[in-house]
Amino acid sequence: MNFVVPDFAPAATEIFVAGMSLVILLLTVFMRESARNIGYVLTQLTLIVAALLTIFTMDGQVRVTLSDMYVDDLMGDVLKILICFSVITALIYGRGYAADRGFDRPEYHLLALFSTLGMMVMVTANHFLSLYIGLEMLSLSLYGLVAFDRDSARSTEAAMKYFILGALASGLLLYGMSMVYGATGNLSLSGVAQAIYNQAAVYDGVSSKTVLMFGLVFIVAGLAFKLGVVPFHMWVPDVYHGAPTSVTLMIGTAPKLAAFAMAMRLLVGGLFDLAEHWQTMLMLMAVGSLVLGNIAAIAQTNLKRMLAYSGISHMGFLLLGLLSGVVDGDRFNALNAYTSSMFYAIAYVIMSLASFGIIILLSRSGFEAENIDDLKGLNKRSSWFAAMMMIIMFSMAGIPFFIGFFAKLSVLQSLVAADMVWLAVLAVMMSLVGAFYYLRVVKVMYFDEPVDTAPIHAASDIRVLLSANCLAIAFLGLLPQQLIDLCQLALVASFQG
Amino acid sequence: MTGMPLLSLAIWVPIVGGLLVLATGSDRNAPMARSMALLTSVIGFLVTIPLFTGFDNSTSAMQFVELARWIPAFNVHYYLGVDGLSVLFVLLNSFVTILVVVAGWEVIKTKVAQYMAAFLIMSGLLNGIFSSLDGLLFYVFFEASLIPLYLIIGVWGGANRVYAAFKFFLYTLAGSLLMLVALIYLFMQSGSFSILDWHELPIAMGAQNLLFWAFLIAFAVKVPMWPVHTWLPDAHVEAPTGGSVVLAAIALKLGAYGFLRFTLPIVPDASQAMAPMMIVLSLIAVVYIGFVALVQADMKKLVAYSSIAHMGFVTLGFFIFNPLGIEGALVQMISHGFVSGAMFLCIGVLYDRMHSRQIADYGGVVNTMPKFAAFFMLFAMANAGLPGTSGFVGEFMVVLGAVQYNFWVAFAAATTLILGAAYTLWMYKRVVFGAVGNDKVAKLEDINGREFAFLAVLAACTLIMGIYPLPVTEVMHASVNELLQHVATSKL
Repeated sequence: MNFVVPDFAPAATEIFVAGMSLVILLLTVFMRESARNIGYVLTQLTLIVAALLTIFTMDGQVRVTLSDMYVDDLMGDVLKILICFSVITALIYGRGYAADRGFDRPEYHLLALFSTLGMMVMVTANHFLSLYIGLEMLSLSLYGLVAFDRDSARSTEAAMKYFILGALASGLLLYGMSMVYGATGNLSLSGVAQAIYNQAAVYDGVSSKTVLMFGLVFIVAGLAFKLGVVPFHMWVPDVYHGAPTSVTLMIGTAPKLAAFAMAMRLLVGGLFDLAEHWQTMLMLMAVGSLVLGNIAAIAQTNLKRMLAYSGISHMGFLLLGLLSGVVDGDRFNALNAYTSSMFYAIAYVIMSLASFGIIILLSRSGFEAENIDDLKGLNKRSSWFAAMMMIIMFSMAGIPFFIGFFAKLSVLQSLVAADMVWLAVLAVMMSLVGAFYYLRVVKVMYFDEPVDTAPIHAASDIRVLLSANCLAIAFLGLLPQQLIDLCQLALVASFQG
Repeated sequence: MTGMPLLSLAIWVPIVGGLLVLATGSDRNAPMARSMALLTSVIGFLVTIPLFTGFDNSTSAMQFVELARWIPAFNVHYYLGVDGLSVLFVLLNSFVTILVVVAGWEVIKTKVAQYMAAFLIMSGLLNGIFSSLDGLLFYVFFEASLIPLYLIIGVWGGANRVYAAFKFFLYTLAGSLLMLVALIYLFMQSGSFSILDWHELPIAMGAQNLLFWAFLIAFAVKVPMWPVHTWLPDAHVEAPTGGSVVLAAIALKLGAYGFLRFTLPIVPDASQAMAPMMIVLSLIAVVYIGFVALVQADMKKLVAYSSIAHMGFVTLGFFIFNPLGIEGALVQMISHGFVSGAMFLCIGVLYDRMHSRQIADYGGVVNTMPKFAAFFMLFAMANAGLPGTSGFVGEFMVVLGAVQYNFWVAFAAATTLILGAAYTLWMYKRVVFGAVGNDKVAKLEDINGREFAFLAVLAACTLIMGIYPLPVTEVMHASVNELLQHVATSKL
């Protein structure tokens, strides 16, 4: 048997992050209590270096290495960079919050780092196995983080629920993968795609097609769980609500990018020839998410739960982008559709970061500002951050001059281009429903008198970064072209049609 | 033509100025916020004057055009330009902004900077709507203008402001979201978001009908047409004076303008087919809403309903498809901008002193406020359509146009001259004439110099337009004829 040393260079970022995680893990064992900050600083440094490393090695080439397990392409690079920045931001926002509640222990940052590594592996996976390893690495770290506030019953309940449902979803995904393996004899995604393409002519309605379809259903179900779309959404509100806000911030942001990447790798990279089948499934899930997410959000009084349901509806929109790629076997709209979806995912992550950032900003030790009523009269307490929150809410509602509008626009135009006008009409009608609960947040901030008059205490790094984050929502709304171009470029370079 | 990007200035001077006003922060700096706002609004108006003086009346082509790429991915351009249909609204809007700033001068005591900034930003966005030649740019301004008005009603409004603000926002958003799908559909058909390209685009009848309805819902809510008018009285009653003025003088014109810019030229065949329905709806607005106005006990509500009736006249003028009708409707829009703005300012003057809008709380105001009563008289007459005021010109032209179309339509429309006189003058009589109603009225002080100034300016506008409307109609001629040409040419 030949043994070839694989080319490790394309995977340098992941190897670096993995190495640093172990170094930090070792260091923390020997660290004194007083040197807690070192864990935080090293984690941030690792993430920054990882992002820079990716930026400097980024090119349009597609490199598959590590026995087909790993692919280095532009979409992966772009998403990895965004994931790093998203985690960096989340850690900065959450730092004071975590410190006040006494869980800024080294493990906290370490788990965040491991989850980032998991996301990176997911984003660059070219193989069922590496995809699954990345996913589990992400999920297990997040289970730990959700339960971090271990004395809180709500937190542990959320972690338990997340763990059990998450394990079930992973099981579904694995089961689906094994069926696809049975039908195609391949575990690598490009191999699967090739096998399906070759066999398409051979089996028309023969048994292995049935197996393949079953596998597809299970894979889509597992994917839907990770994205948090109806009918696999039940964990989302409870986990968002139960987890400490600094952890909700991490769950609600970067993993969405990773889940989007997973969807692209699996559905577009691996199972593209079955697009017509998975598109129908996604359509049902998207419609369900838009309807349920928006309507259930109206009934919420807890801001975190409201954002959880709004997140479900946003993921529904993301699916609308994914499902408009192939029309009657014709792929003319594919690039347009996946670009809109990627743009939507990025826009959502930017908005979501900022929205949870505001909740953290208003919380202080012993007080969680997580009810909508806690925002009452924010304009009187801090007109600057009230304006920032207003930008976020209007952006999420899809009112123009903010990025949320252009994200919705790009998905809608993709739907109309794919001749799915009724879906576009349904989506805008649901946006109207959604506008109500976003407007309600603006209402309590601007029209009501404050109940909580305590001044806002927050470190200056949070204030500056949060403001920059919100202004980015407005700025990218004025000039969205570069981001759209970037998404398009990344997808062209990665999938070539 | 000058090399200055005048339309961009008209849009961005108020917006940037508004942001600067916002930066003055708390109410300690209120005097500075006020003067900065006034300065900005005056500059904002001055930059629009060359649009009028430099306007070429002989052509229907777009003038003062600015074109730049904005979002190439969707072929969206930053494409501005005005023609005879839109240029006057840019001026009217910038002019009204000054009045609004002045009207809120002493009255608004809390969050002054935010108040002024909201109006300035709103003004810029409205100018953007009237001068956009790109469908998506239009939509972006159209939607974004909801935000400041939502805040204006909700923060500085009356007792039931939250309900009114939500109703206003969701009603108008519901209308415009369907229009967004329509715009995207047109983009897919033509590969461009340029409105002028869409004017030339052939569209099958089925699609035209759907597009017509999508546009109709968006614009009918804005106009507002019967039966989707119910948000307007609520919004008007709860909004602060400045908000009512902007709403009546400018925001209502957006819907009507939308019919001219989108519906008529883009889907002419559907417009022709639906014209009878539109005429019936307009007549219902004129007659039925006229009666509704008659029974109102709240002055602001009365003027709000009278606005709906007047706007019914405007949509009637559009859908009889002759030059008199459309020009009359446009004149009516401008005139209504002055007159309804003035009516709301007058009511604001009373409200600031008495904190009541109920007609029953007044009586004999003329005894204590003679100067005010004189102005109020003039505007009431203009609202009723008295010859010699601007209110008459538009209504007369539309009625003439309607006679050419169908006598009975004109007959029904002409009842507005009676109804309008009835509700306006009866209200005026009950508020102003008679014996002094109560102690509060007896203690009223007459208008001060600031109030005198803005009422006098509006009075002058109303009279000049009533006596010599030619400069206004001249501007429209070429564009209206071009528009009618479009409507007459089938696109099937």
